[in-house]
Amino acid sequence: MTIAPVVKTLSVRADPARAFEAFTANMAAWWPKGHTIGATPFETVVLEPRVGGRWFERAADGAETNWGKVLAWDPPRGFTLAWQISAGWTYDPNLLTEVELTFAGQPDGTTQVTLEHRHLERFGASAAAMAEQFDGGWVGVIQNFVDYVQS
Amino acid sequence: MTNALTALAALGDPTRQAIVERLAERPHAVGALASRLPVSRPAVSQHLRVLKEAGLVEETRSGTRRIYRLDPRGIGAMRDWLDAHWDRALAAFRDFVETPPGEPSE
Repeated sequence: MTIAPVVKTLSVRADPARAFEAFTANMAAWWPKGHTIGATPFETVVLEPRVGGRWFERAADGAETNWGKVLAWDPPRGFTLAWQISAGWTYDPNLLTEVELTFAGQPDGTTQVTLEHRHLERFGASAAAMAEQFDGGWVGVIQNFVDYVQS
Repeated sequence: MTNALTALAALGDPTRQAIVERLAERPHAVGALASRLPVSRPAVSQHLRVLKEAGLVEETRSGTRRIYRLDPRGIGAMRDWLDAHWDRALAAFRDFVETPPGEPSE
């Protein structure tokens, strides 16, 4: 079972160094507020700027909830994170999907940011086994419906 | 096809569609769902029960609260969530990085 990676590209009006810094230095400044797995909303999102660094959210009460870790760190060219949030919306140290960001400077001074979230089939170690208990049609239904509600 | 038909039937109701739409954004407690919908909290609970029986929604406990989320067994739902998540996150990132320093952002 393979799942196509999620790939996104966008152009931002900033040079690569500034884009890289803005992305990584204070993620809570722009990360969607509702997109959290902690028991209470996050106050900060910390990305420790080195290979092996932790990636986690911290709530106002100081409680920390892991999201993953840094797999590659090459400012301002790019970096790779381990996204270790399972399909059950909890941190799972045994799960490792990769999110790679690249920041490519353009002649006009902008930066093309590319995001690839890959190895999504790893979410399915349990999900695929469970899905087999359903008809193929069930997966299609939920897929179509989520497409519909998010369009 | 039983499960697919059950799921489709469960989604035939506009309130249940609205609940699934909100759960596609992120997990919610019953109270948080009710506060965003024009129906009572007991009604939301009833709809959640139907969605759960249809395999579309699952519940977990967080202390005394029950948290509801889309059932991840359809892994496609997870990919779709991530797809929408990154669209939203990267749009917010672009707004942030393109706001000149010192200028208040939204």
